[in-house]
Amino acid sequence: MASDAEPLVLKSPTLRWIEHRLPIIGFGYQHLVAYQTPRNLNYWWNFGSLAGICLMIQIVTGIVLAMHYTPHVAHAFDSVEHIMRDVNWGWFLRYAHANGASMFFIVVYIHIFRGLYYGSYKPPRELLWMLGVVILLLMMATAFMGYVLPWGQMSFWGATVITNLFSAVPFFGEAIVTWLWGGFAVDNPTLNRFFSLHYLLPFVIVGVVFLHLVALHTHGSNNPVGIDLTKKDKIPFHPYYTIKDLFGLSVFFLFFGSFLFFAPNVLGHPDNYIPANPLVTPPHIVPEWYFLPFYAILRAITFDILFIPAKLGGVIAMFASIGVLFFLPWLDKSKVRSARFRPIYKIFFWLLVLDCFILGYVGANPPEGWLVPLGQVATFWYFAHFLIVLPLLSKLERPLPVPESLSTPVLGRGMAAAPAE
Amino acid sequence: MGRTVRTLLGVLLLAGLGTGPALAAGEAEPPIVQSWPHQGVFGTFDRRALQRGFQVYKEVCSACHGTKYLAFRNLAALGFSEEEVKAIAAQYTVIDGPNDQGEMFERPARPSDRKPSPYPNEQAARAANNGAYPPDLSLIVKARAGGENYIYSFLVGYEEPPAGVTVPDGMYYNKYFPGHMVAMPPILQPDGVTYADGTKATVSQMARDVTQFLAWLAEPKMEERKSTGIKVMIFLVVLTALLYAYKRRIWADVH
Repeated sequence: MASDAEPLVLKSPTLRWIEHRLPIIGFGYQHLVAYQTPRNLNYWWNFGSLAGICLMIQIVTGIVLAMHYTPHVAHAFDSVEHIMRDVNWGWFLRYAHANGASMFFIVVYIHIFRGLYYGSYKPPRELLWMLGVVILLLMMATAFMGYVLPWGQMSFWGATVITNLFSAVPFFGEAIVTWLWGGFAVDNPTLNRFFSLHYLLPFVIVGVVFLHLVALHTHGSNNPVGIDLTKKDKIPFHPYYTIKDLFGLSVFFLFFGSFLFFAPNVLGHPDNYIPANPLVTPPHIVPEWYFLPFYAILRAITFDILFIPAKLGGVIAMFASIGVLFFLPWLDKSKVRSARFRPIYKIFFWLLVLDCFILGYVGANPPEGWLVPLGQVATFWYFAHFLIVLPLLSKLERPLPVPESLSTPVLGRGMAAAPAE
Repeated sequence: MGRTVRTLLGVLLLAGLGTGPALAAGEAEPPIVQSWPHQGVFGTFDRRALQRGFQVYKEVCSACHGTKYLAFRNLAALGFSEEEVKAIAAQYTVIDGPNDQGEMFERPARPSDRKPSPYPNEQAARAANNGAYPPDLSLIVKARAGGENYIYSFLVGYEEPPAGVTVPDGMYYNKYFPGHMVAMPPILQPDGVTYADGTKATVSQMARDVTQFLAWLAEPKMEERKSTGIKVMIFLVVLTALLYAYKRRIWADVH
């Protein structure tokens, strides 16, 4: 535990004076230097700090872009081109921000799947996991509103499709949509409020990230073996993980840079270089790639379920696909955290990964022919994984022997001591 | 773990492609794929092609199509001298004002002016073009699936309609255009322009030149972006190697 680390000794009287009154130096030392970290974390554990850096990049580039952007339907598209053509380094800022959003989602999705694989949502880290899901929801809202701001065709029609989803709410649907739009169509009031909220939400994310870190530092990181580690299997965060995270960051920047500098529009849609036109609907309205699996789930419900009309069913399914993650710690009751010792869970984990890619493929293409049943099967599997497979595996799966510590070999057969609450 | 990364990247790429060029093409033929001098990591614009392309745009396309983001000063990037840019600007008339009497007046354009649009507004453009609206060409290469290859293919893609297909009055058949029926006539004709550098103005040559000009216009900072990128990537490769070596050294006592 962090509190067990040797205390900070400040030589400078000035720093001692400050620390006595405002203990921020000790706080930083405790959480960034002395913080006890498992010594066996693999590179999948790099993605948490990478996500934090992505958030910072988005905030910094976004603040500078906002200095040159005009949130008005008559000027938004022009102001983005002004940034691209006339603002010093404007092309860099905009491409960094637009591709940065994609990078952020790549990093966060890997971070989430790492948590799924190694059981990082299990006791005592349930709230840590749930705060992460809140961050994901906030990120999705922020990214969606950010994509509207350039006011291209896909901005406008994406905003129209997604805000219209709320019209599926019984009784109040139309009123809610009018309220969201600030009028009777997606128009200037909508653009203005999306800009305002797009600027606000990242700071809300920063707040939730802080809580996420408080929860993380309370019990420390999970690890690839998934057992609670004793002090001898832990090492201080600095220098071991500062250097490992820096190395990972540099590799990540190589990946990021290859998009930013050499293929900045590959992840975007050509239609968003056409100014928004409420009179011309694009042939296929598709969201950004990171929303495609959810878009597929939304469109998978093509039939009424009892008294729930298909449209409402799709909206419920889409929100439930994130909502189900909140209940994950109670759906998977297996005492063993890491998939390393769960041979059957491991198979289902990779099936879920495959399923999400199938959903992404279905979401990217028009809902025609065999893609419709494929999307429905994939949607069913997504929910079945969490609601049927995980509870059953908790009871039926026989995990491999789990070691007592990182240095001791596995003794005996069957399950080792369950992680302490 | 390596396999996992490859799978992730592969499908990510797939998802990216799925949202990209494959869509929106409809029933149209896939565009002719060519290589362009400005393609690739080290690709730069061919200045002579850009100047020829600008000539095609100026003498042919700009009769109907505007380029609202093109200021005359931007033409310096095509290799024109300051004097040449001034001379090109002076060929156009812009409306300025109001003057001391409160009146708007016309004056020759200066390099700082944007190139005037051929029509005062969309309604005027439609009225002059049989109801069709010639789109602004500033971003056209980035705004069409297939980019340069599509624009080139479209310009050379006019042909007689297949048997049984009737083309309505004022429309033309283009095999690369989604839906095939397009209001724009096959405007590029052999020797439609006379190139100053003596290049023979075939339809294909003009289409290729004007496409390169439009690619520059859609992404004028491309060369700056790529050259910055190369420097950044070289720096990052070295930094990554150093950080990796340093990481191994720090971790030596743990492993």
